[in-house]
Amino acid sequence: MLDMTPKDITERSALRINPAKTCQPIGAMYASLGIHNCLPHSHGSQGCCSYHRSHLTRHYKEPVVASTSSFTEGAAVFGGGPNLRQSLKTIFQVYKPDVVAVHTTCLSETIGDDIPSIVRKAQEDGIVPNGKFVIHANTPSYVGSNVTGFSNMVKAMVDYFSSRDFGKSTDVNVIPGYVDPADMREMKRMLAELGLTATVFPDTSDVLDSPMSGSYEMFPKGGVTTEQLMKTGSASMTLALGAFASESAAMSLESKCGVPFTVMDLPIGIRSTDRFVKSLLDLTGQIKPVASMIEDRGRALDMMTDMQHYLYGKKVGLYGDPDQVIAMADFLISAGMRPVYVITGTPGKRFEDKVKTLLGNEACRCVVKSSADLFYLHQLIKSDPVDLIIGNTYGKYIARAEDIPFVRYGFPILDRVGHGFFPTFGYRGSIYLLTNIVNTLLDRIDRDSPEERFELVM
Amino acid sequence: MDSRILSDREKQVHVKGDGPFSMNCDMPSLAGAVSQRACVFCGSRVVLYPIADALHLVHGPIGCAAYTWDIRGALSSGPELHRLSFSTDLQEKDVIFGGEKKLYSALRELIERHNPNGAFVYSTCIVGIIGDDLQAVCQRVSQETGIPVIPVQSEGFKGNKRAGYNAACNAMFELVGTRPTDDISPVSLNILGDFNLAGEIWIIRQYFERIGVQVVANITGDGRIDDIRRSHGAALNLVQCSGSTMDLAIMMERQYGIPFLKVSYFGVEDMADSLYRVANFFKEIRPAIIDRTRELVRNELNRLYPELERYRKDLNGKKAAIYVGGAFKAFSLVKAFRLIGMDVSLVGSQTGTEEDYKELYEITDPGTIIVDDSNPLELSNFLEEKDVDIFVGGVKERPIAYKLGVGFCDHNHERKEPLEGFVGMLNFAREVHSTVMSPVWRFSPRRVSQHVHNERSLKAV
Repeated sequence: MLDMTPKDITERSALRINPAKTCQPIGAMYASLGIHNCLPHSHGSQGCCSYHRSHLTRHYKEPVVASTSSFTEGAAVFGGGPNLRQSLKTIFQVYKPDVVAVHTTCLSETIGDDIPSIVRKAQEDGIVPNGKFVIHANTPSYVGSNVTGFSNMVKAMVDYFSSRDFGKSTDVNVIPGYVDPADMREMKRMLAELGLTATVFPDTSDVLDSPMSGSYEMFPKGGVTTEQLMKTGSASMTLALGAFASESAAMSLESKCGVPFTVMDLPIGIRSTDRFVKSLLDLTGQIKPVASMIEDRGRALDMMTDMQHYLYGKKVGLYGDPDQVIAMADFLISAGMRPVYVITGTPGKRFEDKVKTLLGNEACRCVVKSSADLFYLHQLIKSDPVDLIIGNTYGKYIARAEDIPFVRYGFPILDRVGHGFFPTFGYRGSIYLLTNIVNTLLDRIDRDSPEERFELVM
Repeated sequence: MDSRILSDREKQVHVKGDGPFSMNCDMPSLAGAVSQRACVFCGSRVVLYPIADALHLVHGPIGCAAYTWDIRGALSSGPELHRLSFSTDLQEKDVIFGGEKKLYSALRELIERHNPNGAFVYSTCIVGIIGDDLQAVCQRVSQETGIPVIPVQSEGFKGNKRAGYNAACNAMFELVGTRPTDDISPVSLNILGDFNLAGEIWIIRQYFERIGVQVVANITGDGRIDDIRRSHGAALNLVQCSGSTMDLAIMMERQYGIPFLKVSYFGVEDMADSLYRVANFFKEIRPAIIDRTRELVRNELNRLYPELERYRKDLNGKKAAIYVGGAFKAFSLVKAFRLIGMDVSLVGSQTGTEEDYKELYEITDPGTIIVDDSNPLELSNFLEEKDVDIFVGGVKERPIAYKLGVGFCDHNHERKEPLEGFVGMLNFAREVHSTVMSPVWRFSPRRVSQHVHNERSLKAV
């Protein structure tokens, strides 16, 4: 009964069914949580904040705090200035964060609240204590997607904090993209392994994967500090991982502080991690990566080669946020799989161009689409099925209706655990992803084998 | 009051026994507070969502539809149309030039494909600002398609969740009275304010069937458009869940003279009381109903009590904290905890009224903290201070409990077991028991030190 998708595809211009994206503010809220002692603030109605917190909580299984301007009808008519002012008062009196990261909503954007001038006035009036910061990003929900919101808030970190005043250093900035805490943690581990001093921002590790301590910390110990953010302006370069989530902050940092940048795919899969590591090696002047990293790579490769015949030629329906999907498509292709439907809800022709380039000659046999939704993906799969679906939790309806194996990947994952702890980044991440993919395919073979072909050793 | 409560919130927290009872509530949250509350849209969406054969179209940017896509386990025995996510996904150009055209074609396309028995179109913040004429578009589509297409005035900023309940009731009231009522028995009722989470309304309906009462419409759990359209033919409305459907009951009383009873199906006392009140209502025209109800309650209790006793033994004297959306649920929870021998140390709600809190004050023990529109910091402080064994709440409260090393029971959208009815009480006891008695909390740092302390004092004895 849940399957109400007709096979035939018709043109839809007015309607989104089963979206493969969500709105900007949640991305901004998530990015803000990657600043140490920061309270994200939603300048809009109470519901926005409540929905974002609930959604993030369901994905990370962690408390997520954020405050809201609690718009009322009066605010919607006369402007939300007084609400934001009162909010800052309440926040600094009671919760005492170092930073308040304000993001807007469709409501406050449309009525035209000018956040910087409201905040400036509050600062002049002593509402913002000395040494405390209020930053902001414009995140209208009717433009872009959750990824755009993330990107805008990361750019705000640069615009508000990055400074030329700290001279020049050999440090590196890494903008890890809209990824889970485990990936940010793995990124820091890899950078340390290569002996690099780097600032990873935002950084939600130790914020949204904090250990059970027996007490509730409103501001867990993780997150990039304001001091670190200021010093990003003195770094030797910025690596922006994932064009959609990270490029605009890197560009802003270049124009503000003259820090050159490189945009790369997320280091997901062996090929992409190779490119990432190589650029770091070029930077440090090392010729070879450290032994431990070579061994990790070898182990990932070992699994991929051991299992290649289960992977080769398998058709995959892949969807999610653009940076994740691009990197995963690359990984799948390199493992011999065929991502035949590659879809994101986020708008951007750049996504389509990039994926088509990766697909090369195969591109003409595949469907690559931005601004699409899962209803459309389901229609594609109904016309011509795939062997595996990879994407966030919402794919489970399609997987069930069409009886197709399903690997959860991306944001949000609302019905499984582990994604907060195991990285998808780097060679170790490749092992985790391959394990999931191969085991899911093997489970299916077990389930479907007739008795005489049901095998102990696979 | 202590420093851990926002100074402006002092009047929204009361400790029973600390002076005369007074409570400020039903007021907007303090801007800047980390409130657990939601908005008008959320209120409307939760009430109407379980109507399974309706088309639910969210007119706004994608977020409002994305966050309410199949998050509420409101089960349907038939159609599942309510579980899909439909949105007009408004873009910048729509915000500038208006979204009416888009809304019109979205509605036409969806109605043609899914043949729903009715449609609800939810207004969101942005629609309230750009001024799309929802009423006009809905009317036009309704005329063209022949099904009711109803605008829900649920702009997020127009109040809190309660205002959303009201908008939902107004929307449903447009349906009421539009279908014939010929085959409805004089001994009949509508169930209002039950959302069939985990199949609860099926339990309640079955009780009424057993005592010979016809259920006309489920409002809204496992609900159907056509049932609501003829719900004015029922003799009685039963209203559960604080605010959510009370407005509809009042409107139906005014317009159709249908009386209503406020009931609750949580806990043994309230469940039995609800059935008896229904029986009393119909006893003039159906005298046998009293005996049938007594028999039902007796049978259920005979089955329930011995099983409950098993859990009660372990749970006796353990401490509970409650923070839920509506206060009405809190009343029943207080009583339910008492039945399994537990003490309630904290009880609060997002949207309670003064009357609600007075009642809570009456039924709780001295020392119980009563709180309105709380926040994580406050809640976690109270949980720690009272050293509770279980916290009952919703999705945002769950991880707070777990971080503190406290058991948790979801009494909200995400409950997986039916908690209503007599069987629900048993499920509730089992859920509470399984989380309170789980050995995992022993590893929590706070408990570890208590554990060591206890063992030492034991040895000293």
